[in-house]
Amino acid sequence: MKGSLISAGRYKPWELALWLLVLAAPFLFSKHAPIINEIAIVALFAVSLDLVLGYTGIVSLGHAAFFGMAAYAAALFAKHINPDPLLGLAVGIALATVLGAVCSLTIIRGSDLTRLMVTLGMGLILYELANKLDWLTGGADGLQGVVMGKLLGQFEFDLAGHTAAWYSITVLLLLFVVIRRLVNSPFGATLKAVRDNRLRAQSIGIPVTQRLAVIYTVAAGVAGAAGALQAQTTGFASLDVFEFIRSADVMLVLVIGGTGWLYGGVAGAVVFKLLQDVISAITPQYWTFWIGLFLVVLALVGRDKLIRPWTWFGKAQKGSA
Amino acid sequence: MNEAEIVLSTRALSKHFGGITATDNVNLVLKKGARHALIGPNGAGKTTLINLLTGVLEPSGGSITLEGNDISRLSPHERVKRGMVRTFQINQLFDSLTPLETLALTVSQNRGQGSKWWQALGADKAVMARCQNLLEQFHLTTVQQQKTSELAYGKRRLLEIAIALACEPRVLLLDEPVAGVPAGEREELLQTVSALPPEVSVLLIEHDMDLVFSFANRMTVLVNGAVLTEGTPDEIAADERVKAVYLGHGEVELEGLAHGELAHG
Repeated sequence: MKGSLISAGRYKPWELALWLLVLAAPFLFSKHAPIINEIAIVALFAVSLDLVLGYTGIVSLGHAAFFGMAAYAAALFAKHINPDPLLGLAVGIALATVLGAVCSLTIIRGSDLTRLMVTLGMGLILYELANKLDWLTGGADGLQGVVMGKLLGQFEFDLAGHTAAWYSITVLLLLFVVIRRLVNSPFGATLKAVRDNRLRAQSIGIPVTQRLAVIYTVAAGVAGAAGALQAQTTGFASLDVFEFIRSADVMLVLVIGGTGWLYGGVAGAVVFKLLQDVISAITPQYWTFWIGLFLVVLALVGRDKLIRPWTWFGKAQKGSA
Repeated sequence: MNEAEIVLSTRALSKHFGGITATDNVNLVLKKGARHALIGPNGAGKTTLINLLTGVLEPSGGSITLEGNDISRLSPHERVKRGMVRTFQINQLFDSLTPLETLALTVSQNRGQGSKWWQALGADKAVMARCQNLLEQFHLTTVQQQKTSELAYGKRRLLEIAIALACEPRVLLLDEPVAGVPAGEREELLQTVSALPPEVSVLLIEHDMDLVFSFANRMTVLVNGAVLTEGTPDEIAADERVKAVYLGHGEVELEGLAHGELAHG
């Protein structure tokens, strides 16, 4: 029994296998490096949302605000100041974190619905700002002419997208390890306590609003990392980084993979992006129909049952359950 | 009365909800190590008073003093930090966590480790030792790894109290600790309540008169939000006014029956 909590935080064999597979992916699927890069970025973005949604229960529809902020920051930094990717990544994360800290003041008050509106509004405000400040952002045309330097001074961003894929996967893995540690710590446990029962959480001495503000800020920084990666690996930033659809998509990704266990963001990103890729190749105009259908089935059947096809046709074991 | 002996007191504490006075000019004094019961008919404002003491509600007037400091304006979590902890009449638990996780996070928070994020929950040996202690004391060892939402009601009730004790309270507010507990599991709970450390001052709200009279050495009777009288259990039992408004109603017997039916039904 002793140490049962610590062992809960240890890496299981399947996790190690998964990350080995992820790291090997650009080798194994050499021709598909660009989509591997995209998946890694969406996964990181979804993991960031999971910190907010899965670990504190705050529903945010404006998570793209932080993604977009860092995307523009990284692109502008590369264009005007220094083309080094890691420096740009740090700048993107830093600015998104600051924005998150400011926004966190707006989400610690009010009900779930007010939060939903506030986060939605935040995304819209930043979208319009980026649109209006066209002398800086390029407005509706997007920010062009971003040339990235070599990664670590060694690896050029190649056309096949291998460097980009490695870069994004590595950042995803590093941040994932840190976040995983965080959610399994006493701090992480107090977050789960706040999520489960806010009244009781404050009654055992947890400063609830402070906890929410801190994790929201951290999540904003992680979303910023994803945004910066996006801008750096595509060499481009445009208004769509702030679009509402991006906030909605990342929510879908997380719902597909499941909230509150971090891997949901990774699994959801893989499923979502592959579905998008495969279906849009077959039917470019109507792929959202199939995504929609998939979501409806997922919601009605349930994730547990959907990934266990062998249970579909057997008789129900428990009559009541 | 010796000032140093007083751990918790209220002065002219009031709470109005619109035109309704839920707490009316309450002066309450809790001495160190007290076993103080707060009784009164349903709707007397007992839970409102607890909510004022713990900071869930803001008072309309008056003040609350804890160990010599005015805490009337402190937020709930700050009052917990200063040693005043409550339990809830209706269980307030962390349903997706196990009892072990629940207690580990509570003890960690209480020991100032609640914002540690680089260390695993349970890595601190002293914290874990305290958790095992509490699990044993509250007969929760066998279910420590089960999800709290799946525990039997009696176990959930025990966990409810265990969480409060994990906060190392100096003042403990027990809001109907045995409410709804089946007869078979009552004994475990009564044991743990009577085994509370003597230096902890306890304010007990309870309808079960057997428990109140066996536990308390001081009682306050609350009626319509105001203090009707205060005294030793013998004085309260002999008080004609108390009998008139409370004991004489036959409500006690009814309450007892209602709980019994709940348990078996």
